[in-house]
Formats: sequence, C-alpha cells, structure tokens
Amino acid sequence: MRGLARGLAITAAAFAAVLFFDAIWHVAMAQNPFGGPRPPAEPPAGGIIGWILAKQSEFYREMSGTIRAAKSDGSAVWTLLGISFAYGIFHAAGPGHGKAVISSYLVANEETARRGIVLSFASALLQALVAVVIVAVFAWLLSATAKTMCSAEKAIEIVSYALIAAFGARLVWTKGGGFMRALQAKPAMAAVHQHDHHGHDHGHGDHHHGHHHDHAHGHAHDHGHSHDHGHVHDEHCGHSHGPTPDQLAGPGGWQRGLGTIFAVGLRPCSGAILVLVFSLAQGLFWAGIAATFVMGLGTAITVATIAIVAVSAKGLARRLSAGREGGGALVMRGIEFAAAGLVLLFGLGLLFGYLAAERATCL
Amino acid sequence: MGLCFRRDDVLRVLFGLLALIGGIVAGSVEAKAHPHVWITARSEVVYGADGAMTGVRHAWTFDDMFTTYALQGIEAKTKNAWTREELAPLAQTNVESLKEFNFFTFAKADGRKSKFTEPTDYYLEYKDSTLTLHFVLPLKAPVASKQLALEVFDPSYFIDFKFEDKDPIKLVGAPASCQMQFQRPNDDTANTARMNENNFLNGDNSNYGAMFANKIMVNCP
Repeated sequence: MRGLARGLAITAAAFAAVLFFDAIWHVAMAQNPFGGPRPPAEPPAGGIIGWILAKQSEFYREMSGTIRAAKSDGSAVWTLLGISFAYGIFHAAGPGHGKAVISSYLVANEETARRGIVLSFASALLQALVAVVIVAVFAWLLSATAKTMCSAEKAIEIVSYALIAAFGARLVWTKGGGFMRALQAKPAMAAVHQHDHHGHDHGHGDHHHGHHHDHAHGHAHDHGHSHDHGHVHDEHCGHSHGPTPDQLAGPGGWQRGLGTIFAVGLRPCSGAILVLVFSLAQGLFWAGIAATFVMGLGTAITVATIAIVAVSAKGLARRLSAGREGGGALVMRGIEFAAAGLVLLFGLGLLFGYLAAERATCL
Repeated sequence: MGLCFRRDDVLRVLFGLLALIGGIVAGSVEAKAHPHVWITARSEVVYGADGAMTGVRHAWTFDDMFTTYALQGIEAKTKNAWTREELAPLAQTNVESLKEFNFFTFAKADGRKSKFTEPTDYYLEYKDSTLTLHFVLPLKAPVASKQLALEVFDPSYFIDFKFEDKDPIKLVGAPASCQMQFQRPNDDTANTARMNENNFLNGDNSNYGAMFANKIMVNCP
C-alpha cells in the first residue's frame, strides 16, 4: 500500500515536472534563442512561452495587412481565415478563454472528456458571437466611440467575472459536502489501522470486498444495524462513507455546464474586437466576422486539449487510488473540492483585480 | 503491511494531486497576455535651466488596428483626415486612461522612485493612417541626479512599446557631462530581465512585462 501511495506521489511529481519543463526549457533557450538572427518584431522572450507569444503577435499583426489586401484581392480572405485559425490556437494559451475555469469545472465534477470538448467549443462560439454582437451594435449601428465601447466591454467583463465567482461558490458548496463526508470516514479508517497492528489480516488483493463487507455496508446505510455488530472499530477500512461518483454528478449537470459556457464565453476577446472594428472600417465586416468565428474554432481546439488533459489527469488519479476505496474517495473528493475552490478563487481574483486577465482595449 | 492507507500517505498523495491541479491552473494563467496594441515611441528627457530633470516628452504612434479602433465614432470634416481639434476629446480620454497605468513610464533617480504628475501639452496627430499621441509628463518635483533610470513598458504587456530605430531618445537641455544609454528589450544584454519570466510561479503579475521594458539610463557625473 505504501508502494501505491508512493506511486501516486511519483505520478503527481512527474506531472509537476512536465509543467516546470517549459520554465527550464526557457532558461536553456534564453541563452540560445532559436540560433538565428531574430526579426525585430519578435518579442524578446525565448522558450516555449516566448515562442507562443512571438507566434501570436506575428499572426495578429499580419491580420491588419491581410484585411487591407482583401479589399482589392478576394483571395486574401482565405489567408485571413488561415491566420485567424492559427492565431486562435496560439492565443488561447494566453489568459482568458476559460481554460482554467473549464478544466477546473470538469475536474470538480464527474465529467467526461467528451463533455469538456463540447463545453470548450460552445464557450468559444459564444465568445465569438458576443464580440460580433458588440461591434455590430456599438460600432456599426450606433457609431459609438471607443470610449463607449470600452465601458460596455468593462461592464460585460464584471458580469462575467461575477458569474465565474458565483458558479465557483456553488461548486464549493456542493463539493465541500462530499469532501467533508469523505473526511468523516477517516477516523474509522485510522481505528482499523490500529487493528492492523494487532494482527488483523485482511488479506491482500481483497480491497474492494473484504470479509466485513456486509456489516460495514449495513453500518453505512443503517446505523441501527451497527448496534448489532457493536463495534465501529471493525468497520472495513475500504468502505467509503463518501458519495459515489454517480451521486455527485447528480441532476442538473447540463445546467451547470450551461453555467460554465456563459461564465466563460460572455467576455469577448480584445483581439477579436479590434479585428472586427478594423474590418468594419475597411468595409469588409463580413470577413472580420468570418475571421472571428474561425479564431474561436482555433481557441476551442486549444481549450479542449487542455480540458482533456485535466480530465485524463483526474482519471489517472482515480485509477491509481481505486484500490483504496476509503483513501481513494478522500483523494478524489479532495481533488474535486480543490478544483471547485479554484473556480471560486478565479472568479474572485478576476473580479477584484488580483488576477490579471486580458485587458479591455481602453486607452 | 496493513491493508489500509496510512493517514500520512493519503494526505501526501492528496497534497501531491492538489499541487498537480494547482500547477495545471498556474501553468495556464502563466501563459499570460500578448500585446494587442503596438506603440512606436520617441521620447525626450527634458531638463531645466538648473540641470535638473523636469519631465519626459513622449510621442507615441499607435498601430493601424488600434488607430482604427480609437477613431471609430469620431467625425471628421474631411473624410479620413482628422484635425488636432477633432481629436482633442480622444486625446483627453487617452491621457485620462493612461493615468491608471502610470503612463507606462517609470523613473528612478539615484535608485529612488520619482513620481510624475498630470500630463501637459497633450494632443493627437493623425498622419499616414496612424495616430500619434504627444504629451509631456512632468515630474512632481525636478530631480538632479547622478544616475537616472527611466523605463517605458506595460507591466501586463497588453501594449508593446518599441522605440523608433532612428533617434529614439533625446536629452533636451541636459548638462553637457550627461551620458545617455538606451537599452531595447531585445538586446542580448537584457538577459537579467528575461530571466524574470521564470518568476511566473510566484503569482506576481506585476513584473511580467518588465522583460519587455525599454531602459533609458542617464549618467551625469
């Protein structure tokens, strides 16, 4: 059992190592940035982060030129769409776009990777739609100034952050219950552990359905029965007082999913707004709209990929702790609770300005 | 070996996994912003008759995408030819908004921070489809210092500042002994600042843009 625990710890450490890799990579690359001479427009950061930044900037800056070119040469629209798609993929690696919120939400709930993909695409689509609607209403219909548009963006931003916070609070409330129940199952386990020292041999490979299964089960679901058995200490440690995954998924799952889509997708991307306003001014609003949606598609792919990684990491944790129903449940409920807490912290952090997200274009 | 998880093990695994989730999330936050606005700058460090620095005069040219964004909804008598007067309200807005960001200009005289006050002489100029914002940023009190360090950058890197290739910085009225050094963010000598990118895990967003800082140093021995 110690071995299993160590294995889990090593796995976690390995994941952490992967996350630190790009930092280390960056240090290495800083000494030798790409080998060749850099174009002056490239940001001065090396490594993967620097590369992503450089690529985004490159694609983004090409957009204005391509939109101008599209005025006289229709085929440039295809170039624009290609650039927008690539920009979306790279850009989603930056802040916003709900990677963290969607991933945390998926981890907090018993969600599948498939659902993660659906959520990523739906929120990216909404985000594109909001950008198009804002520019269509404010710039096109109302001929509003940048100042007005900026106020609108800021208002939407606050609503979006408040939604994330409220959504996180609700997750914390539900997941906190599951975690507390899993924690309460602990004292019994500790007690049984002492029994082990007294020579109880439950046998290996017997984790799921030990010989005390029957009365332990009775104890869990009907406290009256425990009197018959008379001793809590004998409770099987593998037994979980925590709710099962299906209980947690519960009803209203899709409603919560809808909540994620709105919380994440409501806030438009500053880049999309700038591209839309620019294309509108060039008389190619439709091209800007197409570019925005293609950009959203690219964004969705990146966000979905990260979401799948998060769900897989949780699945791995579940498999590794599966043999230990008691401890396993505690670990899983703990992870879910922590993920729920992160959504709440994100919302609050963004709302009160502790976390920097992409700024609205207000100058 | 006991059948049950030791409490220590459970907790260790639990914390390991929490760290893992934290890492994923921190990793995604860390990727940070990239610029949406590009400014090509040209600046003058202005000195008074007594040889003390009084302020900075900036001329910031915006990229065409942001120029278009900023100009929307602003009427021009002659189409696509905005005059300084027509742009006055926008210049006012710009200057007011920039205050929140400390005008992206940070001064240190002999290692001590110097503060700027409200900008003066600000106006916008529209030329070659781009807007240029001109403004003077006076110091609260003029400083005579041996070493002056001036940085121009956006800590959140929403705006990318690039100084003109030709005559990026000028000293105006500085004592003859003063020597100016200018360091662009992509100079190889800027390695120290670049390393700061690895500070991302300390959760401090404020320093992120520092590696994109343009540094002006004036030594007046």
